[in-house]
Amino acid sequence: MSRPGVVASAHRCTAGRRLPGTSGRPHRRLDALLRGAAWTAATVALLVTAALGITLTRGAATVLSGLGTGVFLNDRWDPAAQQFGVLNPILGTAVSAALALAIAVPLSVGIAVFITEFAPRWLSRLAAGAIEVLASIPSIVYGMWGLFAIGPVLGSHVQPWLSSHTAFFQGALADHGMLSASLVLGIMIAPYVSMVARDLLARVPETVKEAAAALGATRWEVVRTVVLPHIRYGLVGAVILGLGRAVGETMAVIFLIGNPLDPGSSRYAPSNTIATAIAKELAGATTDIHLSVLMALALCLFVLTSGILALGRALVMRTARKVPA
Amino acid sequence: MNLVVIRRKAANAVVAGLAAMAAAIMLACLAWIFHALLARGIDGLDVAFFSRLPQPSETPGGGIADALAGTALLTGMAAAIGVPVGLLAGIHLAEYGRDCAVARSVRFVSDVLNGTPSIVVGVFLYGLLVRPTGRFSGIAGAAALGVIMLPIVTRTTEEMLAMVPGPLREAAFALGAPAWTVTFRVSLRAAFPGIMTGVLLAFARVTGETAALLLTTFDGSRTAIRPTGPTASLAVTTFTHAMSPHHDRQQLAWTAALVLTAAVLLLSIVGRMLRAKVRWPSWR
Repeated sequence: MSRPGVVASAHRCTAGRRLPGTSGRPHRRLDALLRGAAWTAATVALLVTAALGITLTRGAATVLSGLGTGVFLNDRWDPAAQQFGVLNPILGTAVSAALALAIAVPLSVGIAVFITEFAPRWLSRLAAGAIEVLASIPSIVYGMWGLFAIGPVLGSHVQPWLSSHTAFFQGALADHGMLSASLVLGIMIAPYVSMVARDLLARVPETVKEAAAALGATRWEVVRTVVLPHIRYGLVGAVILGLGRAVGETMAVIFLIGNPLDPGSSRYAPSNTIATAIAKELAGATTDIHLSVLMALALCLFVLTSGILALGRALVMRTARKVPA
Repeated sequence: MNLVVIRRKAANAVVAGLAAMAAAIMLACLAWIFHALLARGIDGLDVAFFSRLPQPSETPGGGIADALAGTALLTGMAAAIGVPVGLLAGIHLAEYGRDCAVARSVRFVSDVLNGTPSIVVGVFLYGLLVRPTGRFSGIAGAAALGVIMLPIVTRTTEEMLAMVPGPLREAAFALGAPAWTVTFRVSLRAAFPGIMTGVLLAFARVTGETAALLLTTFDGSRTAIRPTGPTASLAVTTFTHAMSPHHDRQQLAWTAALVLTAAVLLLSIVGRMLRAKVRWPSWR
């Protein structure tokens, strides 16, 4: 697909090419100035990202060179004894993100399908507006809401039932913990995933849907046989982008997860994640190795979220290109 | 009706019900969040809250004037760098370097930066500015916020400029306008409401930003507002007060969260309204 043609678009990449227009000297100077400034500004993003990678890698040098992979397999965190195992935060991130996705995926796909296919116009608008508002509420507000509103409800009603009827979420009953943190995280990323999903759903051509409906398909059959297959890669991409959010989220989780760096028996009891471990520990890291371990965690998080983003973006763009808006 | 038709209609009804339930759950969460904010926050919303400095624990009548000033200072400094650089970068991506290798990598890297957790940005500036100088500072915080703003402004500017129809530029070139005039007086002017959307959304994002500031400005309550030292901000003050066991502190936290949410929502709603105004005929 070619973008709308602009006269000056033919040889964009050749530096110093003269653009059409009047050729007066002051104009040429201003043109060169603007082009140069725009190019310089564009490269700032590249420089910032490079600086980010270098700073984190250098900060983590002690761990990357000296300790090797030991810290990543060790689950004992005790700065006083020079023990810096980070297995727990890594597992905590994995578990909380997985639980959050388990909550967010059905919610967000349901909402997106409801908005684009099932809802009457007024309700569709209301729901779409609510999703946008939810997506722009700062994560710290989600965290406070979770701590003061959701936590107590879960702690006194849901968790007792879960721990007596299932194998999960054992341990001391508390408002805090993996369950409540993941629930808030899931509710927080659901609007984001459903906004991406809704954009994709809106791109499915009306004619295709009408054709299916004309063959006698019900709404759900149209969605199942035509709409979802049309955008399946993009939908997976939207979920992956949501995963990227969940993995790196700090403030919505930090209130609820409990943050003991050396948690007790259960993986589902109060725990921590990479992000909350960094937030809690960095300012108090005095020794070189302590700081280095936290920098290594941040580097892991950066590499992980970049990879997740690249994958999710590629999938979403693949579908978006197939069906331009 | 035969059995197959009944089954198909039932399946349709069940799915419609489930989808409606998902939407109802989200609407309920939204209502619950607003209720929590209003019920707990509105009591503390008075003049003292905006005008006074925090008081020692258990002393009533404290406010968060320092945090409001700090947030204004930090976002202002971040925007002073992030907005012009983002604008120019967006101009490069949309007008000059559309399909070049540089433009493509800048586009990708901007998306990566946009998806980078703010805590990682915080660690980056902690390692770059806080650790070497040995002190938390407003400058480090503003730089972190600037790094967060930059990709948002860049990508929205590009997106909005790309929506400006090519023939508009061609018409200006045909009239003999030089390229910089076309960029500033045709493309940018036509895309202006949309570009403001990007700027406002970037402001909304950094106003509520907490994790990155926690690692760079630290909690600067009751210190003078100056960029070279720890600086209070609305978001970090909300966090530290919410974690406090004292009831009056928690009250302040809820009121601060209410003000924070109101500010962020105002910014993003105005932003989205501006974007909705951008409508181009399809002249392709």
